[in-house]
Amino acid sequence: METAFTPLLSLGGGLAIGLGAVLLMLGLGRILGATGIISGIVFPESGEEARWRIALVAGMMLAPGLIYLVSGSMPALDIPVSPAMIALGGVVVGLGASLGSGCTSGHGVCGLSRLSIRSLVAVPVFMATAAATVFVIRHVIGA
Amino acid sequence: MKLLFAAFTGLVFGVGIALSGMMDPAKVLNFFDLAGAWDPSLAFVMAGALVVTFLGYRLVWRRRAPIFEDRFQVPTATAIDGKLVGGAALFGIGWGIAGFCPGAALPALGTGRWEVVLFLAAVVAGFWLRRAVTALPPMRPAQ
Repeated sequence: METAFTPLLSLGGGLAIGLGAVLLMLGLGRILGATGIISGIVFPESGEEARWRIALVAGMMLAPGLIYLVSGSMPALDIPVSPAMIALGGVVVGLGASLGSGCTSGHGVCGLSRLSIRSLVAVPVFMATAAATVFVIRHVIGA
Repeated sequence: MKLLFAAFTGLVFGVGIALSGMMDPAKVLNFFDLAGAWDPSLAFVMAGALVVTFLGYRLVWRRRAPIFEDRFQVPTATAIDGKLVGGAALFGIGWGIAGFCPGAALPALGTGRWEVVLFLAAVVAGFWLRRAVTALPPMRPAQ
């Protein structure tokens, strides 16, 4: 399935993602990494540590509704894979992000911006394995 | 105030995720499909996010402390080990299977799509699996 090339919208969205990361550092002094945020809610160290993460996620969840109010349509969300693949991929994502201490937001956005040596290793690794996985699924297995 | 600030930060991040196309698995998987329906949009997301975060972090770090906390809490680990590389590799494989990553799925919860709930439940199962595995006592060498 083809998707439209959206350089300006994607760049603009990227600027807002970066602004969110900077705001969290300015206000709370924390890295905006989704893996740590979810872990901190599901396995909380304290009520205090869970509360700001829940507020952050609540704000995130308002975003599609805000976009609907402004533009009249929900953001695109097309899922070209089966529920079984979503579940399998999710478990592998959770296992990997937990072992590797981060995902696209924590290592990709925040870690690279800090010039963290661990993120400079992790990001090329996960980009390469993601591309290899899509190649195998679409062009070798032919799903 | 701190929680309101966190929620606003989440909203900014979520709007960025939604506008950028990151919460659309069809677009994410096409970004990785170099040999097929390649859509390079997500490179623009990363570029926009990195420019803002790289510069913004440096401005913020001129402060002695964040607004609502008494210190910045930034990861200090520098070890490049098997956990980091293996975890990142697994994370990429899962991302390539499902097309969602955790930071995109959190704002996507606001669309009300059940597939997003399934993905995040699977991610949490993956976190739990990692905790269960690393909590095991080390294996005894064979006699």
